[in-house]
Amino acid sequence: MTTAPAGAPQRRATGPRSTAGPASRTSRPMTASRRANRAGLAFVSPTFVVVLVVVVLPILWTVLLAFQKAKLVDIQGMGLFGHWSLDNFAQVFDSAGFWSSLTTTLLYTAGGTLGSVALGLVAALALRKPFRGRGLLRAAMLLPYVAPVVAVAFVWEVALSPQYGVVNDWGRRLFGWDHPIAFLSTREYSVHLLGVHVDVPLALLTVIAFECWRYFPFAFLFILARLQAVPHTLEEAAKVDGATPTQRFRHILLPQLMPVIALLCVLRFIMTFNKFDDVYLLTGGGAGTDVAAVRVYDFLTARYDVGAAAAQALVLAASLMLLLGLYFKFFGNKVQEES
Amino acid sequence: MTRKAAPSRAQFEERLFGVLRRLVIAFLAVITLLPFYYMLLLSVKPIDALLLDPGSLWISAKDFTLSTYHDVLRSTDDGGQGFVKFLLNSALVSLGTVALTLLAAVPGAYAVSRLKFFGHRQVSALFLAVYLFPATLLAVPLFVIFARMGLSSSLVGLAIVYVAQTVPVSIYMLKNYLVTIPYSIEEAAALDGCSRLQTVRKVILPLALPSLMATGLYIFMIAWNEFLFALLFLAADPDKWTVSLGLAQLSNGIEVPKTVLMAGSVVLTIPVVVLFFAAERLLTEGLTSGADKS
Repeated sequence: MTTAPAGAPQRRATGPRSTAGPASRTSRPMTASRRANRAGLAFVSPTFVVVLVVVVLPILWTVLLAFQKAKLVDIQGMGLFGHWSLDNFAQVFDSAGFWSSLTTTLLYTAGGTLGSVALGLVAALALRKPFRGRGLLRAAMLLPYVAPVVAVAFVWEVALSPQYGVVNDWGRRLFGWDHPIAFLSTREYSVHLLGVHVDVPLALLTVIAFECWRYFPFAFLFILARLQAVPHTLEEAAKVDGATPTQRFRHILLPQLMPVIALLCVLRFIMTFNKFDDVYLLTGGGAGTDVAAVRVYDFLTARYDVGAAAAQALVLAASLMLLLGLYFKFFGNKVQEES
Repeated sequence: MTRKAAPSRAQFEERLFGVLRRLVIAFLAVITLLPFYYMLLLSVKPIDALLLDPGSLWISAKDFTLSTYHDVLRSTDDGGQGFVKFLLNSALVSLGTVALTLLAAVPGAYAVSRLKFFGHRQVSALFLAVYLFPATLLAVPLFVIFARMGLSSSLVGLAIVYVAQTVPVSIYMLKNYLVTIPYSIEEAAALDGCSRLQTVRKVILPLALPSLMATGLYIFMIAWNEFLFALLFLAADPDKWTVSLGLAQLSNGIEVPKTVLMAGSVVLTIPVVVLFFAAERLLTEGLTSGADKS
């Protein structure tokens, strides 16, 4: 309805111009569907070409490279199909850090995904009803997500620093920490709690916390949007019937939110699994945070071993596909509902 | 007594969650705002003040300084860190990416939302599948190809990679908006003799302006914040560094004081945050439109 007046002046404006058009057009008429087909293909082609050249072809080439002996220096003179070998994969699977790196990646991904979605859910529930300053807080909460990763990682690095960080200083003052804690470079931190001695992978936990902090706004946005579409009548009826807040959440809100939560988990899982910047910037992949994406980068830039890097990237992608395949096999219907 | 017990549990929970809600709100405000306040605070402090009292969350009037900003922005010839140059590089790459991506995505989104062409179902799936592939998988061959073509350490090459990374999500966002424009408007334009291209340019584009702006902003943010490809392609050539890359490279060393780099972080963050607040409404709606359909 409201768009009609907007369309009307457009029509008038295009009127005189279009009368000149048909004369130059071809005389052979095409059916509407053929025209649509042709126009559609023409309109999609720029995107298609870019995606093909910069995404699809490189991926195919990665697959080829993974099965070849290829150092960056050789590649200049090499053809597309060089010396075939499975050495790269042998190297990837045999190398000392591979399995531990995969475990780290999985822990990091699972922690980051669940943490950010859970925090996003809590935030969405807390900001559901209006209060003073809600709009402001809602906008501010997106800051971690929109701010450049390099800047926020640097802030975390400084804040957590054992020498001049604010966290250690406050920890000393408030909790009486004896030694400053190097959050980003401690592989195992021994904690004595009630006589129990536990080793905590501190650097990994810190990186996971960073991940949760940076990406909970993403989950928050999606969950809040869905939450506001839940009809109020259902909840009011339950309230009249005497359902407590936990019951209302468990039996009314959660079932309606489940599809979007499942979708978010899948999205975040994929993105976190392939995440490079956050870990690289915070720890450089040291202290037990050597996620697979950082390893690929190391193979590529430290050793210039293109073949091994490609093989590692390929193994990474294959494991992700496998996990996603398993997920969709068991929980696929939930995600499909949402999308 | 038993009749009273049931409402009292509801009342108890009601009160408990009332308190919890306030705590959560306060907690969220602290964790989102404090890091940015800390960033701003350190950027106007001299390094000695930070080392002397690392825990201070205030700044006294006598410590306040803007020399950190001078330092970070001045060109390297004048003994600064040359962030003005980095800002220029970042702006060039980001704006170029926005322009190129929109140029490719608008027709693409229009076609996907309106036209039944051969393979129109598969195309949108293919574009979304791009996100399944890790950036690292692309990084290896692109690194090699660009090294071979002499495009490594060129801003143009970087922009091309960014376009490929942002086109799919742009198409998705634009498509979600385009399907809400009634088809009858287009038919009216066609009856008046508009060609397909004229219809897109004169009818659809003006109507889709809000969505175009939201998408453009989102692309700008991705390009401005991107780090991995900038690191891979440009690391060797400090003249071409983007702000993100420049900050990351300098923060690895120890020779630049942290407070100066904090000023660099502020400079890096401000354009994105200002743009974001200017268009927050547009952006959040553009991103989540479609999420509230059940």
